[in-house]
Amino acid sequence: MKTSSNPPPPPEEAPGVPGFRTWLGVYLFVLAAFIVVVLVLTLFTRTYA
Amino acid sequence: MNLLDWLVLLGAVVGVAGYGTWRTRHTDNLNTYLKGNSTTKWGTIGLSVMATQASTITYLSLPGQATENGIAFIQNYFGLPLALIVVCAVFLPIYRKLGVYTAYEYLGQRFDRKTRLLGAGIFVFQRGLQAGITIYAPAIILSTVLGWRLDLTIICTGLLAIVYTVTGGSAAVNLTQKWQMGVIFGGMLSAFVILLTKLPADALPIAGALGKLQAVDYNPDLKVRYTVWSGVLGGFFLSLSYFGTDQSQVQRYIGGARLREGRLGLMFNALLKIPMQLFIVILGALLFVFYQFQPHAPVVYNQTQWQRQLKGPEAANFRALEEKYTVLHDQKQEKIRAWAAAQNAHNPAVTAEARRDMLAAQSAADAVRKEARTALQAADPTTKKTKDSDFVFIHFILTQLPHGIIGLLLAVMFASALSSKAGELNALGTTSTIDLWRTFRPLSAHDEARNVRTAKAFTAFWGLFAIAFALFVSFAENLIEALNIVASIFYPALLGVFVVAFFLKHVKGTAVFWAAVAAQTVVIAIFFVGKAYPAREIGYLWLNPIGCFTCVIFAVILQGALPQNDSKAA
Repeated sequence: MKTSSNPPPPPEEAPGVPGFRTWLGVYLFVLAAFIVVVLVLTLFTRTYA
Repeated sequence: MNLLDWLVLLGAVVGVAGYGTWRTRHTDNLNTYLKGNSTTKWGTIGLSVMATQASTITYLSLPGQATENGIAFIQNYFGLPLALIVVCAVFLPIYRKLGVYTAYEYLGQRFDRKTRLLGAGIFVFQRGLQAGITIYAPAIILSTVLGWRLDLTIICTGLLAIVYTVTGGSAAVNLTQKWQMGVIFGGMLSAFVILLTKLPADALPIAGALGKLQAVDYNPDLKVRYTVWSGVLGGFFLSLSYFGTDQSQVQRYIGGARLREGRLGLMFNALLKIPMQLFIVILGALLFVFYQFQPHAPVVYNQTQWQRQLKGPEAANFRALEEKYTVLHDQKQEKIRAWAAAQNAHNPAVTAEARRDMLAAQSAADAVRKEARTALQAADPTTKKTKDSDFVFIHFILTQLPHGIIGLLLAVMFASALSSKAGELNALGTTSTIDLWRTFRPLSAHDEARNVRTAKAFTAFWGLFAIAFALFVSFAENLIEALNIVASIFYPALLGVFVVAFFLKHVKGTAVFWAAVAAQTVVIAIFFVGKAYPAREIGYLWLNPIGCFTCVIFAVILQGALPQNDSKAA
């Protein structure tokens, strides 16, 4: 088999998570959670270190 | 350890392994053996991904590292959620769409056989050696503390992992990892709660004042090992290599009922990994506070070896060091109490002065601890193979926890060793079968039963290889450190190959193959220049983006320079 490019992307499947209709929404939520964690840790460092 | 501890330990460790073996004993379908049950849900995949990444070192050494150097190591995981989003969005759908068993099989379809073999070869070389370390590292600490024979500890742990991994393949690994994570969460939470009951009310301010709670550092200096920048950028590339191209992880999420299950399993890790690691390093920082208020805090935590020296020919020297430390430790305790009182009185001037005194007392006590470690290493060179901080948590477990919980925490250590080792063996067996054996024996590709037998044989081979290597390691000092460096050197070029595969459709096999070889050379050169000229050395996390970008750039340049008819897919 010879392939010079990636296969076509598979059809998007709904995440099936309450409150999220697309995977992009899930990724943005995870990204936002990460930013919150970093901010909380920054605050934590300023409070205690 | 008493009978109750033994019952809990054996029940949790052997029980889970036995259950996994029994439940998956009839696995004779190649797809199930290599990818796991097709009904696997996201929760199992998520726990399996987590269990494979977190070895005993995570639970045994990380608290000790935080006790010693604070919680800054948490920044190492900052790139992980971002990398997992990329794996979910790009890597996983392609692996699923092509129905591949291994990540390197995809390289064969996208490029050619030599690139597939290069990827599989790098993985097998690196992970094969790491599988030995996965058993050896905890075994040397646990055997030292518990008085067990090192070789028997290595052999028993290794054989147990081999039995259920060979029997049930991925299905057994996924099933056992779920239960092993239950043991690990239960044990770590128990230890944390018990530790909290033994701490003073102002434990966090004390840990912070003594420099153990600096979680983030925005310093742009490349030479500082753990900063937000190295964590996000370097950690991103490191995590992308590990989760996207290392078969031990790819195999965990590639199966499952649907694409959704793998994605949610990875997102589960993206959300929970940093909090979980934070929990472990905070545990370490609180252990530090706990030992500040112990009347007889050990001068070194490797008490087995220390007590041996107290009965040896240099006993007087060791006893003098211990007494000197006890005096300084008591003085430090007074200074800490004085600082806490000044802090509670809200007197900034007195607090600042008390803090200076407290830090000076800490430096004095640390100097004696360093002196004691040096003396111990001189008297017994075998202690150089471990760091004293590795013994902090196990010392706490054995001296402070009630019976039953001791057994549970030891089960945590063995469960984590087994879970990460099983994931590695499963991946090594699969890669050896699919990317190496089947490539050179194509006529066997359609004989499913034979392929399962071959995968089992390769899994057993790698398990025995890991045991043999772990036994050999015990005779070679500093090999663990050397192998960790080897692992961080080899990932970036491999990631570069995958980045080219996914995003640069015009680049073909020969160009990317030689680009990977060139990028590998560059990374090795940077590493050795850093070793030869320490002033120019950069934190190892930075090797990841450098190696990946170098591979991508070289691939584009070479593709422009080479003839266009080079590719033959494997």
